[in-house]
Amino acid sequence: MQSTAHAFKDNVDRALVDDNLQQSLAILKVGFSERRRQAVERLPEFEALRDRARDIKNHALAHLDLYLEAFEAKVTALGGQVHWAPTADDACRVVLDICREAGARTVAKSKSMIAEEIALNAHLEAHGIEPVETDLGEYIIQLRREPPSHIIAPAVHLTKDQVADTFHEHHRKLGFDRRLTERPDLVAEARAVLRRRFQEADVGITGANFLVAETGSSMLVTNEGNADLSNTLPRVHIVIASIEKVIPTLEDAATLLRVLARSATGQEWSSYTTFNTGPRRPGDLDGPEQYHVVLLDNGRSSVLGGDMQDMLRCIRCGACMNHCPVYGAIGGHAYGWVYPGPIGSVLTPQLIGVAEAGSLPNASTFCGRCESVCPVRIPLPKLMRHWREREFEHHLTPAAVRQGLALWAFLATRPRLYRWATGLANRLLALFGRADGRYAWLPLAGAWTRYRDFPAPQAGGTFHAQWKTRRGAGR
Amino acid sequence: MTVGLFVTCLVDMFRPSVGFAAVKLLEDAGCRVVVPDVQTCCGQPAYNSGDRADARAVARQVIAAFEGFDHVVAPSGSCGGMIAHHFPALFDDDAAMQARAEALAGKTHELVSFLVDVLGVRHVDARLDATVTYHDSCSGLRELGVKAQPRALLSGIAGLKLAEMANPEVCCGFGGTFCVKYPDISNAMLADKTRDIAATGADTLLAGDLGCLMNMAGKLQRLGSSVRVRHIAEVLAGMSDLAAIGEPETAPAGPAAAR
Ligand code: SF4
Repeated sequence: MQSTAHAFKDNVDRALVDDNLQQSLAILKVGFSERRRQAVERLPEFEALRDRARDIKNHALAHLDLYLEAFEAKVTALGGQVHWAPTADDACRVVLDICREAGARTVAKSKSMIAEEIALNAHLEAHGIEPVETDLGEYIIQLRREPPSHIIAPAVHLTKDQVADTFHEHHRKLGFDRRLTERPDLVAEARAVLRRRFQEADVGITGANFLVAETGSSMLVTNEGNADLSNTLPRVHIVIASIEKVIPTLEDAATLLRVLARSATGQEWSSYTTFNTGPRRPGDLDGPEQYHVVLLDNGRSSVLGGDMQDMLRCIRCGACMNHCPVYGAIGGHAYGWVYPGPIGSVLTPQLIGVAEAGSLPNASTFCGRCESVCPVRIPLPKLMRHWREREFEHHLTPAAVRQGLALWAFLATRPRLYRWATGLANRLLALFGRADGRYAWLPLAGAWTRYRDFPAPQAGGTFHAQWKTRRGAGR
Repeated sequence: MTVGLFVTCLVDMFRPSVGFAAVKLLEDAGCRVVVPDVQTCCGQPAYNSGDRADARAVARQVIAAFEGFDHVVAPSGSCGGMIAHHFPALFDDDAAMQARAEALAGKTHELVSFLVDVLGVRHVDARLDATVTYHDSCSGLRELGVKAQPRALLSGIAGLKLAEMANPEVCCGFGGTFCVKYPDISNAMLADKTRDIAATGADTLLAGDLGCLMNMAGKLQRLGSSVRVRHIAEVLAGMSDLAAIGEPETAPAGPAAAR
């Protein structure tokens, strides 16, 4: 996917005046967080489970090589095949090769963020293979040729009316000529269209929430059951997953599942939890003839062992974006690439470069709400600050900001000079008049006064000046 | 017990009465209050902009100025959080400085939580005939656990009625330099906040951080709202007769008005 992260400010401008988007965000902002709150309230051990979840992922990351090899050995023993893909291009090539070998014309896909990351659909289309998204949200945005705006709710930026229009436009040619308005009808129509597509598919591609080293299973949760059709009906099943998805045991998967759905949607469990463990065995009633797992690195291994490793704990629940007031204001597309919200602001600079995506970690108030809900306790603000430090080190911070900081630091480390400067500023502000108690406009403060008044300083000078006359200098 | 007061740069520059309110509250609770004159700022502008070197320089100065006190108190969860939470991380390659930073961090507090949790204050003598709504500023809430303490003290203020807003824990959009680096996003967040404030019907908005308060006051006033905005310390110290933030003053501010 072509990034527009460098044009973040333009993206934001568009998002803030997009009425449909703002209407959708207003619902999202309260809905997700309220459901999570209730789910957490019902589970007294939730905070302790978050610690467990963090520890499991930390342990897996500390021994990632070991668990990946164990996973590969298991998959191979089951008759499946593991493919190592260092880059996005490698992953696309592997998937295309498998599809070609299977003579595939249509591929049924169940929602996968890794597929978005490697831009798999575009690659398959360019080579004459039609990918069909089977997750309802993904299906909608595929019809509209839009990227997802949320990692678990890809079409959350759209209103029901927009979906109705999209279906009406695309389903007419399939014989559905009525424009539907009710949600259940829209879902039923999508289901009818998609059923046919499942049956045509030669290959099914799914993502994975976890890869279990102990059993060689890939594990997936959905609320629609579409993954189960994607991996049982077609002859060939391809799982694409990034390397940090591997965890040691089924027991660990169970623990992580307990925090995953609660954090994501406030459900105790997602409707469907599926373990795929190798291809169809003799005597099995269904299942694919071939089972492939494509393991994507795409720069992740370079994060291991460093001060940014914590980002690899992410289990992609979406809670950080559901609770982020910045995401709530601008939606997911403004972030300009695959992963939006706080985790996107941390991950995107790693995956496509801080020069391209440097705005993202800056667009945060560090309010910390993301960290306070993250089921694996990723210190997201701290990681965003790390990126700001990298930018500063590499002189990517805008010159005006650097100069302002240099001046500020010069004064802040010279208290006497600082007193003089604040006293002067105090008197200068007084020149603009404080009779109203506030200013509707101030020089150099346009970014503030465009939207708000600026409170005038109280009369009588700075605190320190007053304190000095009242109590004498500090001891 | 001797307390070093970290005034904060915003209080120093814009609203000294918050500093005087803090002094009064601490002295009423039996503390000796010292205001070191080598203090300027806690270093957040640099730290949050990725400028570690300057943040460290400022932090060194704060550590040297304040490490001798029994406790350090700031009328701000944001600056308090910077010292209590982030200073040690600034020196992870300098064990000696880190030890000093940790020692200081361990005794640094936000004002209201210090009164309640450390000094055991349960009641302050003050009156405010108003319906008040309280915004939980982010750093105080999430880094220092400031949530119940301000409400506990407010509940004992004569004449005061608390009307909680929806989502008091959601950021107001200030975020230090964020509000001028991304003014449009900041404004969208602020608009949600002021809508939640208005919905309570409260006539007064309180919080414990001047940055957030100036942000919210500026927006409320731009919108023509009559909600008065004050720092909680002023209310607890019985200084509610002062002009609210962004309102014209009738009498001079400072200790003369306070006592
Ligand atoms: S960073 Fe945490 S909260 Fe955000 S998606 Fe990942 S696991 Fe969920």
